[in-house]
Amino acid sequence: MIEIKHITKHFGKLKALDNLDLKLEKGQCIALIGPNGCGKTTLIKSILGMVLPEKGDIIFNGQNIKHNNEYRKHIGYMPQIGRYPENMTIGQVIDMIKGIRNSNEVLDNDLYEQFEIGKMLHKKMRTLSGGTTQKVSATLTFMFRPEVLILDEPTAGLDPVAAEILKTKIIAAKKAGSLLLITSHFLSELEGIVSQVIFIQDGKLMLHKNTMELKRDTGKDTIAQSIVHLLKTQTV
Amino acid sequence: MMRILKYVALDILKTKIVIAYTIMLALFSWSAFSLEDNTAKGLVTMLNIVLLTVPLVSVLFATIYVYNSAEFIELLLSHPVKRSMIWKALFTGLSLSMTVAYIVGIGIPLLIFTDLGTALIMIISGSLLSVIFVAIAFLASILTRDKAKGIGISIMLWLYFALLFDGLVLFLFFQFSDYPIEKPIVILSALSPVDLCRILMLLRLDVSAMMGYTGAIFQHFFGNSWGLLLSFSLLALWVVVPFYFSLRKFNKRDL
Repeated sequence: MIEIKHITKHFGKLKALDNLDLKLEKGQCIALIGPNGCGKTTLIKSILGMVLPEKGDIIFNGQNIKHNNEYRKHIGYMPQIGRYPENMTIGQVIDMIKGIRNSNEVLDNDLYEQFEIGKMLHKKMRTLSGGTTQKVSATLTFMFRPEVLILDEPTAGLDPVAAEILKTKIIAAKKAGSLLLITSHFLSELEGIVSQVIFIQDGKLMLHKNTMELKRDTGKDTIAQSIVHLLKTQTV
Repeated sequence: MMRILKYVALDILKTKIVIAYTIMLALFSWSAFSLEDNTAKGLVTMLNIVLLTVPLVSVLFATIYVYNSAEFIELLLSHPVKRSMIWKALFTGLSLSMTVAYIVGIGIPLLIFTDLGTALIMIISGSLLSVIFVAIAFLASILTRDKAKGIGISIMLWLYFALLFDGLVLFLFFQFSDYPIEKPIVILSALSPVDLCRILMLLRLDVSAMMGYTGAIFQHFFGNSWGLLLSFSLLALWVVVPFYFSLRKFNKRDL
């Protein structure tokens, strides 16, 4: 579904992505993990066309994403720190995105109702707490029933109840056959949800495996333990 | 594009700066016309105000607005919206609001107090000046990510075009006054949109007669309809070129 072909990206002298090659298949739930500053967010932003790699191509459903924007119709993106126009209210932001997406499909209002966004529509984005901003981001991400969901640290900043609601929603989306790409530092949180693991270090792909295979190869019970084991033994 | 433009326009209206700017321009022009006993004097007073304030407000407001729109741009980019569309919508929204403010604030009293031809030239050149400095603001704000630096560049550019350039031309004029430099000066003036507007207006007001031989040269160059057309196309070029370069840079930028 998404093919990433040998992309390289520098920020000044820093090499954020180094000849990265990946293939993401439909129906998978993929955990994107790696140390801080390893290029996870750069990779995600490259897929979204916000960061333009120097070398390599990204193919989305057979189409090169260069000079293309229609493919983003199929992507829902939840940023790590949602940045919204400060003067707009929640209601205005949601209306604007609806207007821009102009989708004919029935909207998915599950999260809208569960997070009780309706009660806060008049609040200005500037006044929101980090957690509430994340709730708005999550609602917008799932609203248009995208085929691909990219979630950057989705549960960071959410209260336990909200995090649980979001987790249930993620599982539901996986069952519905969406491709999910999740980054998180809390590996235990991803346990039981993800079907594949991608490990990136210094912009290089170190590992891309099924979770089952990974656990079997390392002889550990959880993803977290397997990754730690691999890092310790330096076999990655 | 129209959909994005709608939200940009609503947002600009909400800041109320543009409304305050309109009222300020209206106050200037009404008082200039009612205080001076003849219209020509009132026009010269207004011309000086217009040539200083319009570029300054346009360039500053647009620069700050573009920097404050960073979140807006980022939000839209994760949705199916063309990159260049966002930039064009921002530019159109800002240009439109600055132009409308100018036309309402200055254009209406002009149409009431002066003859149609003079009013039209001043309205068109002032509107173009607004758009030109919005375009310059776009170029300044894409050059650096630092807001303070960007605003600094904008103010420097305004200083250069509104004050320094004039001084430079005058300096050259006096230094080389023994040589026939009238023609190079004419060409040089075209390099600054503010000066171009000033010449257009002064010629219209027949003050050029007081500028001696140089005035005659200017009259010869810019006074006829071809000169008028040429200077308006030069002004249009001042809109297109900075905006084009900013757009090209924006399309290649990482967000």
